Amino acid sequence: MKMKWVMLASLFTLLAVLTGCEPLLVLDPEGPQAQTQANVIWISIAIMSVIVIVVFAMLAYILYKYRASKQSDSYEPPYIKGNVIVESLIVGIPVLIVIVLSVISVQSNYKVEATPEGYENDEPLVVYASSSDWKWHFSYPEQDIETVNYLYVPTDRPLEFRLYSYGPITSFWIPQLGGQKYAMSDMITTLHLAADNAGEFMGRNANFSGEGFAENTFSVEAMPQQEFNDWVKEVKQTADPLTEDKFNELLEPGHLGQLTFTGTHLEFNPPPQGHHEGHGAGSEGEHNDESSSEHDAHGEHESDSGHADETEENTEHQH
Amino acid sequence: MDFFERFLIPHPSPIIYASMAAIVLTTIAIIVGLTYFKKWGYLWREWLTTVDHKKIGIMYLISALLMLFRGGVDAIMMRAQTSMPENTLLDAQHYNEIFSTHGVVMIFFMAMGFIIALMNFVIPLQIGARDVAYPRLNAVSFWLYFMGAMLFNLSFVIGGSPSSGWTSYFPLAGSELSPSVGTNYYMLALQISGLGTLMTGINFIVTILKMRAPGMTLMKMPMFTWSGLITNIIIVFAFPVLTVALAMGTMDRLFGTNFFTTTDGGMDMLWANLFWVWGHPEVYILILPAFGIYSEVISTFAKRNLYGYNSMVASMVVISLLSFVVWVHHFFTMGQGAMVNSIFSITTMAIAIPTGIKIFNWLLTLWKGKIVFTVPMLYSLAFIPIFTIGGVTGVMLGMSAADYQYHNTMFLVAHFHLVIIPGVVFAMLAGLTYWWPKMFGFMLNERIGKWAFSFISIGTCVAFFPMFISGLDGQARRMYTYSESTGFGIWNMISFIGAIGLAIGFILIVYNIYYSTRYASRDVGDDPWDARSLEWATHNPVPEYNFAITPHVNSSQALWDSKKNGHTLFRDGLKEIHMPNNSGVPFVMSVFFFIFGFSFIFSMWITVIASLIGIFACMLHRSFENDHGHHISVEEIKRTESEVRGAKNE
Repeated sequence: MKMKWVMLASLFTLLAVLTGCEPLLVLDPEGPQAQTQANVIWISIAIMSVIVIVVFAMLAYILYKYRASKQSDSYEPPYIKGNVIVESLIVGIPVLIVIVLSVISVQSNYKVEATPEGYENDEPLVVYASSSDWKWHFSYPEQDIETVNYLYVPTDRPLEFRLYSYGPITSFWIPQLGGQKYAMSDMITTLHLAADNAGEFMGRNANFSGEGFAENTFSVEAMPQQEFNDWVKEVKQTADPLTEDKFNELLEPGHLGQLTFTGTHLEFNPPPQGHHEGHGAGSEGEHNDESSSEHDAHGEHESDSGHADETEENTEHQH
Repeated sequence: MDFFERFLIPHPSPIIYASMAAIVLTTIAIIVGLTYFKKWGYLWREWLTTVDHKKIGIMYLISALLMLFRGGVDAIMMRAQTSMPENTLLDAQHYNEIFSTHGVVMIFFMAMGFIIALMNFVIPLQIGARDVAYPRLNAVSFWLYFMGAMLFNLSFVIGGSPSSGWTSYFPLAGSELSPSVGTNYYMLALQISGLGTLMTGINFIVTILKMRAPGMTLMKMPMFTWSGLITNIIIVFAFPVLTVALAMGTMDRLFGTNFFTTTDGGMDMLWANLFWVWGHPEVYILILPAFGIYSEVISTFAKRNLYGYNSMVASMVVISLLSFVVWVHHFFTMGQGAMVNSIFSITTMAIAIPTGIKIFNWLLTLWKGKIVFTVPMLYSLAFIPIFTIGGVTGVMLGMSAADYQYHNTMFLVAHFHLVIIPGVVFAMLAGLTYWWPKMFGFMLNERIGKWAFSFISIGTCVAFFPMFISGLDGQARRMYTYSESTGFGIWNMISFIGAIGLAIGFILIVYNIYYSTRYASRDVGDDPWDARSLEWATHNPVPEYNFAITPHVNSSQALWDSKKNGHTLFRDGLKEIHMPNNSGVPFVMSVFFFIFGFSFIFSMWITVIASLIGIFACMLHRSFENDHGHHISVEEIKRTESEVRGAKNE
């Protein structure tokens, strides 16, 4: 019996903490995608709590009522085979719950895989985020600059991250802006995010990638468009250009601080050509057109890369 | 020089040196002990060559318990390291090795060993058979599992442990990013024990389908046997995928193929997909026998028949089918898009339906019962609420949009531990306590058992609930340390305290085994729990041939019917019993497998070829061997029967 109370108490502590004064990162969204995900999490916690409470209450009641010490010695428990009504209830109710959850899940899946809600009409800022042991490289093709281990983004503009890896599978994650997605060496994955408010956020690789994994983090700062433009201007004036030699040096395993360069590595070390954007993800065609023109522009460098063999798959996607 | 260098540990530490010393000393102690007490012959005749399913079950049990402690020590070290921010107890490499071996040891060598132990011991007794269908294959299965486990544990002191996680994701686990032999150990040790498991699967399907006592139709099998049948069918379908994936991984690492590499057309996620096509059914391979144990225990101690037998069977069949179509939920974040994620999200959540049905059936079995709170029952009752929490968080993880936030975090770690610990570990402890008198002829002490139960169940909650919170606060799993500013410290400290509670619980179980072995009464009768199924209808301890007379069965609770409803179990007279002979070949062949695996790991090709020849020689020997088993005469049966009775009356 005391187990039940311990567990109920823990559950309520959990709920109390979740709703408490210091919000947990995932439940403290600063962008529309994280907001969608936080909503799904809250709805599911609510539905699940009802299930948990019903099961706990039934168990507690039955254990209290039918414990042997309370019954006469002569009591012989009956033989009960089953009952159609009871059994259709215990099938039917879970089926209904799963249907409701499926609807929520499918809707939210399409939301998080598309341009964030409310940002559909804006041109997204494309950032190529690539990982190497144990760093993140952020290339801004539009601005023609590149940073290492930190990310500046404008608020009120959709962000489109193209993810890939120069090593093991990593996972690009900024909890307050939205959930994570894998970065792999043989294809590009796309993550749609947006920041509603200015602020500093934690970003990290969430997928175990070896010895330096724990410190594989980056910082994210969202700021108004004007400030972002100023920052770009400043970088253009002060930062060194990123050369191929320098970039290869950066790829060596190890940890680095925050670095800033003009130019991007996309020119001499283009990303893998395979594109793995999901079917049915929003405005797919548009993005593909864009990336295709970009690949054409850099086509002459493709032979430098170890990923040239992916071109076939690319062709299939693009044309 | 070069040849010997590869056997060295790349990152030695005092713990590893201490274990080396401990392993050497223990080996010497065992050899000296066996020689001094002149037990070599006994060991060879009674255990190393045995084909008796009960003895094989007990050997599985001992191995699984040993592995539980190996994996448990890993767990304590992990929780100790992360209990404080910026802790320096372990460095990154050691931490990575420890969480990798923790996962492998617990899943492959503890949980699998434990469920196969109980299936081995109980299923032939529950269906009224004399042994499994292929007794010698059963011995091969055990020795392959055992050699695989030993080989894997050797990595700790020779050559270095694997450090790319229990899932061993390529390309991280490839030879470029993991150059040490650790991952070779992973590939070979799992391959060898996996072969053993596959054989177990075939063996038990045939045993259950062909060797049931007269009258026991499929729908009159006890629930644990049903769960065993379905589990073994899943094994036979799932394990070949692991075998293939491991072979591909071995070739990538040792022969330069490019299945999973980052260059030359290798596919990053191919390993992950293959691994989880096996890995998700594996979850149900572990949990279905546990469900079977709970069904037996709850029905025994509620003194009621199992409610909704048909729906219990149906739900297991549905779970087994669904288990093969949900593997993508282990990487919703791979970038396969909304439609694929939606499909796998729905199949994943659908598993909650049959699982929910089972929970309600257990509740309805308790309803109108006469509930006795014995130790096995306490584990079964604590399982229901904790597993419900683990289960509903699983449904939350199944909603793929939200999973982008849970994935790779401590939230996930909390979820699967709160499913596996109450689902598998509690069931194993319940089953162990429940069938202990049948195995060893005496009961485990209830008072110590209840203390152990309290520590383990409360420890589980304290250790894993805080992880939900730190996960939602952004703590990724597998981080060997974190900074103080993250605020994860407090939750990890609570987890560590819970882990200590669990450790105390397991130490109490060991103490209980010691205490009860010394002091418990040997006069417990054949049926100490007043149970319902056939395994309690034979003597304690069980004679070699299980049942002197094959029982006749009329329902899923034949023993209960014979006690209460006048059903006659034993109708025929004594007849001569045909039993299989012992054989040393399975053991010898598995030793060859061990040498084969070890030399393969270190690329010593001459010994690889030599041991391979040895393996084939053993198979050849079996093919041409003329062994028809032996017969136990009626006089001998009578003598044995009166002896067991005599012992009982003492």
